[in-house]
Amino acid sequence: MSTVATKDETPARGSTSHARELNGWWFAKLAVMAVINAGLLYAVYSSFMVEEWWILAVTVVLLVVVNWVYFSKRMVPAKYLLPGVIFLLVYQVFTMGYTAYIAFTNYGSENTISRDQAIEQILRTGDVRVEGAVDLPLKVVRNEAGELGFAVVVDDTVEAGTADEPLDTVDGATIDDRGAPQEVPGWQILSLAEVLEVQGEVTALRVPFSDDPEDGWVRTQTGAVGFQSSPRFSYDEAADTFTDVTTDAVYTPNDRGFFESQDGTRLTPGWPVTIGFENFQRMLTDSRISSALLQAGAWTFAFAFLSVATTFFLGLFLAMTFNHPAVRGRKLIRSLLILPYAFPGFLAALVWKGMLNNPYGFINSTILGGADIPWLTEEWLARFSIIAVNLWLGFPYMFLIATGALQAIPGDVYEAAKIDGAKPFRVFRSITLPLLMISVAPLLIASFSFNFNNFNLIYFVTEGGPNIPGHPLALGETDILISVVYKVAVVAGTKQYGLAAAMSILIFVIVGLVSWLGFRQTRKLEEVL
Amino acid sequence: MAAVTDATGLRKAARRNRWWRDLSWRYLVAVVAIAYAAFPIVFVISASLSRRGTLSGTTGLFTSVTTTQYEALFETLFWQWMLNSLIIGGVSAIGTVLMAAAAAYAFSRFRFKGRRNALTLLLLLQMFPQLLAFVAILLLLLALGNAIPILGLNSRMGLIAVYLGGALGANTFLMYGFFNSVPRELDEAARIDGASHSRIFFTIILRLVAPVLAVVALLSFVGSFSDFIIARVVLTQQDQLTVAVGLYQFVSGQFDARWGIFAAGAVLASIPIVLLFQFLQRYIVGGLTAGAVKG
Repeated sequence: MSTVATKDETPARGSTSHARELNGWWFAKLAVMAVINAGLLYAVYSSFMVEEWWILAVTVVLLVVVNWVYFSKRMVPAKYLLPGVIFLLVYQVFTMGYTAYIAFTNYGSENTISRDQAIEQILRTGDVRVEGAVDLPLKVVRNEAGELGFAVVVDDTVEAGTADEPLDTVDGATIDDRGAPQEVPGWQILSLAEVLEVQGEVTALRVPFSDDPEDGWVRTQTGAVGFQSSPRFSYDEAADTFTDVTTDAVYTPNDRGFFESQDGTRLTPGWPVTIGFENFQRMLTDSRISSALLQAGAWTFAFAFLSVATTFFLGLFLAMTFNHPAVRGRKLIRSLLILPYAFPGFLAALVWKGMLNNPYGFINSTILGGADIPWLTEEWLARFSIIAVNLWLGFPYMFLIATGALQAIPGDVYEAAKIDGAKPFRVFRSITLPLLMISVAPLLIASFSFNFNNFNLIYFVTEGGPNIPGHPLALGETDILISVVYKVAVVAGTKQYGLAAAMSILIFVIVGLVSWLGFRQTRKLEEVL
Repeated sequence: MAAVTDATGLRKAARRNRWWRDLSWRYLVAVVAIAYAAFPIVFVISASLSRRGTLSGTTGLFTSVTTTQYEALFETLFWQWMLNSLIIGGVSAIGTVLMAAAAAYAFSRFRFKGRRNALTLLLLLQMFPQLLAFVAILLLLLALGNAIPILGLNSRMGLIAVYLGGALGANTFLMYGFFNSVPRELDEAARIDGASHSRIFFTIILRLVAPVLAVVALLSFVGSFSDFIIARVVLTQQDQLTVAVGLYQFVSGQFDARWGIFAAGAVLASIPIVLLFQFLQRYIVGGLTAGAVKG
């Protein structure tokens, strides 16, 4: 019993372990821990300052766990697992969970920021002149960074500011005999001619009185006299409504994360709210989306399957061809054949895009002597081209693994087949292929799921095109599911993160299912043989 | 005498015949396959050396050999992008290797509660490609950037951290198999001599599995070097871009006009990777059959 314990807790006894560990290693560990602790403490401090409570909580937990694990004498496995697990939890597990959450919300271009931020932005969106307020003598100025601003005289003191920097008293400024600012230290006053040059910007500029948008702004129409303006939409905190002061229309929050008036006008931006299964429903019932998804899904399966099949058979054919003891220069052949594998994939895809261009690409203009073949712009040719490009990219990988697997098949199996009088094709079908499959099948499944999400290839060769005419999500004929997600979330004019996340979940379910079925199948394969 | 020479002659003829039947076609296939594999690379080298930098000007290979395109390339931020990619790829490769190796060591050498479940969980997580979560990654970095700017959007460190999130999922299994093949007797012997677990890990095990470390490092490097989606989402400032995002700009808008510059960039960007692959060829074959997939 006691011997087992000493084995697991490596430093056999506390007293000797210190003596043994007090060397360079130990100081190195201490230094690393000091750096990590400093970083975490800084993160705790700064997330507290900006009131990001979730980040604060996570960093505090990390601080405790890290020190506990690395300064305790027990928990040896945890010392090795922790770094990877932390990154895995934050950047993979959390983002997976967060994706699932987003899928149930209406996150999108107009619903990204929090409710409070949205209210503040709405307060800034419009303004109206304050009736009866005094005009302010004004000069248009620039600060040291060259940003336009105003210098105004308020109660005999000169204040200056820009669009992002509220008005503040300037020390040592002077006022001329007409009551306007004369000299403003730290600011450069623009002459009338200079003001005329940037007239558009000057009349659009709003310099806030304070950080609170409800305090209003200084604006000008002439460049010499400023007037006070206040937000067009005033927020009533108690009732949680906005009122348009020009029309008296009242905007109340709706369940879509917007303030909306009775006639249906919305104030933007809004904030994200959960909307249940709506994103999933849209994928199934909105015919424009569901038909595109169905098409992209079918193409994704076809593309991934054909990619694996074509690359595997070409790779296997080449492997069998050169796996002959009498072939000389096999090393050289291998070095040259893995060139496409070594060449960065995204660059290769772009190079092929250039070669397949119509009419300027090398293939049309030179190899085919000026042919006019729309390799990338006709639906079926584009699909063919993508598979052909992926064949080039993928066959060396299959060649390498097939060569490795072939060399692992014992020679006496072939001897036995020869004695039985089996023909070459029969040997291939009944011996080589089944034996090869045992070691290669899991790799083929991995390759399938890799190609299932081979965004780079599709995006760089065709960008999903040719476009389906007039499609609301601007999808193309060769879009695979992952590029559809990218387009919905990043490329589209109105980004629909919620919908994109729901689609991601769908892809995850499909890939997980296929991999699971595949691995189960291969395990069966192993059991049979 | 005549009969003997006749017989050897016949044997020679037969041997030649067999060579012809068995081997000649293999060399023919080799020539065709090598031409197929090398052709696009030859093409891009030729395009990078052409005088006119347009796609429409390419009528033959190597019709002109100038450095015009390279000079034009060097006036862009290319070297900065290249440096960014090397830093991001290098740091995430080293981090990935260390973290995945440490985890594989724990799984291979220690028996702890939940070990089997953890292994199964990793296998499951591995199926979820990180790029599927790019929307969530974007929003996470947006929030993180408020509190810890260095881990937020538009930071190379932030991008590296995202890549490190995928370190355990993909590579631990590959390494786990190799670690298991290192005999435990070695650890035992070292332990009896008084070596601590960390010393066993760093000075014995890591050395013995160096080939697979090289493969994982290379594949992880290539993975982040080639990544487009996440890099595009995270980095927006021109001087922070990676080579993948930067070079794409050359051909995304005016595809035709800046073709030569792109070709020059593609040639230079691929040189380090191609060289690494050639040097590590032997190890890669071993790693691939054990289940590595290039990103």
